[in-house]
This record gives sequence, structure tokens and C-alpha cells, in this order.
Amino acid sequence: MEFEIIIIGAGPAGLATAIRLAQLGYKSICVLEKGAAIGSHILAGAVIEPNSLTELLPNWQDSDAPLNTPVTSDHFWLLSSKRSYKLPTPPQMRNDGNYIISLGSLCRWLAEQAENLGVEIYPGFAATDCIIEDGKVCGIFAGEHRIQAQHTILAEGAHGSVTKKIIQEFTLDKDCDPQTYGLGIKELWQVPYENLSPGKVIHTIGWPLSNDTYGGSFIYHMQPNLLSLGFVVGLDYPNPYLNPFAELQRFKHHPDIAPQLQHGNCIGYGARCITEGGWQSLPKLEFPGGVLVGCAAGMVNVPKIKGIHTAIKSGMLAAESIYEKTSFQSKFNASWVASELKAVRNIRPGFQKGLWRGLINAAFDTYIWRGHAPWTFKNHADHLQLKPAKDCKLIRYPRADQKISFDRTTLLQYSNFRYTEGAPSHLIINNPSLPVEVNYAIYQAPEQRYCPAGVYEYLQDEQQKIYLQINAGNCLQCKACDIKDPQQNITWTPATDGGGPNYSSM
Amino acid sequence: MRCLVAVKQVIDPYVHIRINKEQTAVIQENVKMAMNPFDEIAMEAALQFKEQGIISEVIAVSIGAPGVQETLRQALARGADKAIMVMSEKSYNPLSIAKVLAKISKQQEVDLVLMGKQAIDNDCNQTGQMLAALLDWPQATFVSKLQLESTSLIATREVDGGLETLKCKIPAVVTTDLRLNEPRVISLPNIMQAKKKPLTEISIEDMGLELNNQIATTTIQPPPKRKAGVKLNSVTELVDKLRNEAKII
Repeated sequence: MEFEIIIIGAGPAGLATAIRLAQLGYKSICVLEKGAAIGSHILAGAVIEPNSLTELLPNWQDSDAPLNTPVTSDHFWLLSSKRSYKLPTPPQMRNDGNYIISLGSLCRWLAEQAENLGVEIYPGFAATDCIIEDGKVCGIFAGEHRIQAQHTILAEGAHGSVTKKIIQEFTLDKDCDPQTYGLGIKELWQVPYENLSPGKVIHTIGWPLSNDTYGGSFIYHMQPNLLSLGFVVGLDYPNPYLNPFAELQRFKHHPDIAPQLQHGNCIGYGARCITEGGWQSLPKLEFPGGVLVGCAAGMVNVPKIKGIHTAIKSGMLAAESIYEKTSFQSKFNASWVASELKAVRNIRPGFQKGLWRGLINAAFDTYIWRGHAPWTFKNHADHLQLKPAKDCKLIRYPRADQKISFDRTTLLQYSNFRYTEGAPSHLIINNPSLPVEVNYAIYQAPEQRYCPAGVYEYLQDEQQKIYLQINAGNCLQCKACDIKDPQQNITWTPATDGGGPNYSSM
Repeated sequence: MRCLVAVKQVIDPYVHIRINKEQTAVIQENVKMAMNPFDEIAMEAALQFKEQGIISEVIAVSIGAPGVQETLRQALARGADKAIMVMSEKSYNPLSIAKVLAKISKQQEVDLVLMGKQAIDNDCNQTGQMLAALLDWPQATFVSKLQLESTSLIATREVDGGLETLKCKIPAVVTTDLRLNEPRVISLPNIMQAKKKPLTEISIEDMGLELNNQIATTTIQPPPKRKAGVKLNSVTELVDKLRNEAKII
């Protein structure tokens, strides 16, 4: 099989690349998507800044694009366990002209636009590797099938498995800081109309996280009666007892949050890691035979809490550079995406020293330096930040009440996940003795807590010996384990048969 | 021998079902759809006969909104030779569906119709039987073993008391049960080639049939939620509860 262009991943970046290439006259474009359907592995908050979508498809408003809820108000709260303090909304977080969307629905719509332009999209098939010949990528492998292509576009999103190999193979990250990530866990609720004012955007920081952990929540009120709610925890958290899922569950009981969920039903659950490294963690975007676009490289504007607009734009720039036979890297560096990411580069790393110093730094950087500080803070690798359990405080979480808060198994069913029975595990433990000897002994098994699907379980066998059981059939493919494992001992690989969650409007 | 396989698009069996606010329908927007698993088995049976050289052509047919095209593409990717999509924005009762399938069976001059014993969305289990009656063909339903000869077929059916084997003349209608076979997995090259296979679209209104729904759905409700269990301290307490509260002993 041969195509001019092969794109891995049908997210906003990959589909924007495909659409722009088709608009420029390319006829032979193939998009592979590991999810069983378009959007089934897509999860985001999400608020979109529609600037780049308008650039890509100026008539989106006339063609049923699923941007149905314009943002009407922005709220930024600092929480204590009982109260909330309204903070001024920072300029990056203002959402005038933006929309609350389901990114899954947007991707389905983008895929339709792409198919109308002649792009071939194949969901249910994961790319597993690249074909590398004479130091150049010339296509991909999907299991045993070879697909040759003149250009290979990696649009896998945060911490893609093929992207990870290519970054290593071509040392694309030799001049940048390590990438850092946040783990986002999201629930979609159907709530009574009186709980809701569509268009309302709430972000919170503070409780229930402690000062040394970066993170916060988002609550978006969507048309007609949906509430998109989630919690993002920076994966550089130090305390191995932290459980991001349980943080989200107890967060929902805050007196200013719980009333919004009253008499509602959870209808969707899922999790996904997002990139937080920003400008200084961007690897080289080009390699022989292809490019990285969107969050495969890491283009989230963290203070804005947005990356869809940058993903779309980066895809368009990649397409244009292929058409013009110019360098994508220089085109990208000269674009507004680069200047946007550069301007906010010092805000997220400022939180490495805790919430308060982070907020003060963010205020100085935004209002005084206005993004032009003469320094650039370094990012640190997430997996090196975990402290031994003996140096940390045990965190006790309240029990789920089964009305507002739930246990993982209950919520997991709302991700509609499915894997082929008896398929080999797609989660690979490189050194099988490390989990018990290091993760369990020193860190008290952090993967039992950070995994939002309960994939990792330490159990005792008949001889009272501890062993690690991997329930790979629960995996939501968020990739937290591949990122956070202190020994980098877990390798996430895609399930090759479209297995995984089946998000419907996440 | 030509074979028609009816494939219905249903909500993917692994998706959590949601009911609309008015309690009149199951929400289908943005929900992952799939081929009815019983129809997958029917399709597999047809393809195996084709590979054995008994059937010369396998035609897939589906009725529904434009989205069913995806299910037909999957049928083509599995190995069907051509597909017919009967476009209909409205959903119809089994009798109307059987009328449409009867007309297509005659038009396409098929000798065998294979379909799942029921669809997993409404579990009607009627269309195959009605189709056989409309065509005045013999029928073999709930088939778990099937042998095809030039003028007849031998089918083993799963019935309440065990297995029943019957022989009938062809043309016939056969509805398939779970144990008949295990459907194949679609490969990437096959789904790519399926894009080039013929898929004919016709509108249900252009079929010249009088189609009426005799049954209207008034409400749809989720099953009652299971109550949380309680922990008991002794067997005596358990026996007491079983006797006086549950009243089952």
C-alpha cells in the first residue's frame, strides 16, 4: 500500500493537516486512527479558540460545525475546603468569542470535511512503527501491514508511541527540556436545566490539592443540559500517595461545586494526559521524511488551558510547508503559534516551587514582563519528581457516596471500553522485577493510584508474596504510566484492533 | 447460487445506552455504531460458502439513514461482493423491513437469504420469519450448523429442548444463532479495497411498497437501579431476612 501522505492520528492536528493538504490539491492522503471510530479516543475539556478553525474552513458556521455553546462568562476560583474565593480572570483565560465544545464531535465533523475532500480515513487501525530506510522515514507499519508514504505526519497527541520512538531515533529532543505532562480526568454529566447556565466557564485552583502539587479543575456548562467537569493534575507531583481520581471525586463535594451536580447523572468518563512543557519542551518538529504536529510535539498553551487552536494551526503549517517544499520548522517558528507559546513559557514552570510562588510568578510574568522576561525557566522530567513514600504523608480520601462521587469501577463503564478477549497486554513491563522491588517497596505502588482505570493492582499470592497484576483490558490509554513510572519501566503500546475506550462526546 | 445477507446497524454492544429526556428513544447521536453481531455471523456463513465455491455472489443489504453505509462498507471489507443501501430516515417495524427485503430478494434473484436471528437493539426476532412467509420460501431459524447443497440445505437449530435438524429446499431464509461460527477480523488492506467495491443507494420511497408501522413505541425506560447490598452479622440474621423480608424461604 502506498500513499503520498500518511497521517497517524485523527485528532484536530492530523485532520487539519489532511484537510489543508487536500485543499492544496493532494489526492493521496491516508489517515490512520487507533480508536474504533473517529473521536472514540478523543478527550478534552474543551474550550476552543476558533481562530485557526476559521482559517482552515472559513465557512464552518454554515456547515453544521458542532460549536454550539459560545462562552458567556469566565470564573476563576481559589478553593479552600469549605469556601471559594473569586480571583480576577487572568487575560489568557478570558474566553470572549470562544466556544465550549466536545472535541470528539468536532473531530467527527472535521473527518467528514476531510472525507468530502477525498481524504481516506481508517479508524480502528493503529500505527505501530515507522518504516525507516537509509536514515529516512518512508511510511509506517500497522501491525504486519506496510504503508509507504513520501511524507509521514505524526499527529498522535500527547506522548504518542510512534512519536516516542521517532524522537529517540532522530534525537529530536536533544536541544530542548524534557516534556512535562498533566493527567486530565473528565466526567460528562447530564444535569437538570436549573443547575445550568450554558456558556459558563469555571476554573479552580487550590483545594483539594496541596501547595506542592500543580493542578486544578474545569467545569463547563454546555448546551442543552450537559456539564463537562474534570481535574488536571501535573504529573510532576511528589507525593506517591496522591490519587488524581480520588482528588476529582472529593472535589465534586465542595459546597460550591456539588449543587451544580445535584440530581444529575454521569454519562461519560475518561482520562488523557496533556502536554504542559510548552515552548522550552518542544522537540525539533522535522525529521527526514516527516514532521510532528499538535501535541505529538506538545503545543498546549498552559495558562490559556488550550491546545486545539495551536494543533489545527500547526497541522495547516505542516501541510503548507510540504506543498511549498519549505522547512516546517522555520514556518512554525515564524508563526503566531510559536510567539504565543514563547510568551507564556515561564508560567507553568513557575509552579514547580508551589502554588503561591507560581501564582506570584504568573502575575509578574503576565502583567509586568508581559511574556518578555529575559530568562526562560527550565522544565523537569515528571518521573524524577516522585519522593519515596517514607518521606511523604499518607493521603486519606473519603468514601464515594454513589450519588456525586463514585469508585473507579463504576465510572469506568461510562467510557464504553472494549478490548478483544485474550489479546496480549498492550502494556509492557520492561523489567518484571522492578515493580515489586522499587515501585512497591520504595513508592508504595504509585501506579495503583495514578492510573484512572485501575489497571495496576498489587496482590498477594498464596505464599504471601506481592506481585503486580495488570488489568490491561481496563486501560483508557491516557499514557500516565508510560510518563510517570519512576523507573520508566512501563511501555505503552497501542492495541492494534481498535481496542480501548469508546468516548461518544468527550 | 446468489446469497443476500441482511445486516443491520445497531449501537455498539459495548456502549452504555442512554435514553432521551422525553423517554421516547435511545440516544444515537455521536454514539459508536456497529454491525448487529448476529448479522456478522450470517455474513461469515455466506463468505465461508463462497470460499467453498457453493455460493457465487454475496450481496449485503441494509436499511436506514446514510450512516448505515459504514456498516455496509464493513460487510464489503469482510468479503461481500456488492452492497445495497436502502435509504430511510424513518425507522420501520419488522413487517415493513421484511417487505423491503422480499422485494430486493426477488430483484436480485437470490437463492438464499441469510440474516441474524434478531438484532440486539430491539430483540424483535421477527424479520426473518416474516420474510420467509412473504416470499413463500421455507425457513430455518436459530441455526447453529448449516450445510448447503445445490437444491437443499440441512440446518441444525437451537430449540428449547436441545437441537433440531431439518432439511429444506432452496430458495430459503436462514437466520443465524451465536454458535454457527466466529466472524473474521477485518484487515486494513481489506477495508481499503472495500472503498472500491460497488455500493448502490436506493430510497425506500422509490421501492413502490406500502409501508406502515403497526406498532408505535410510547415510552422507553431504563431498568430499575440495583439497590446497594447490606452486610449481615450472622447466618440467623440472613435466614430471618430471607424468610421475612424477601419471603423466598
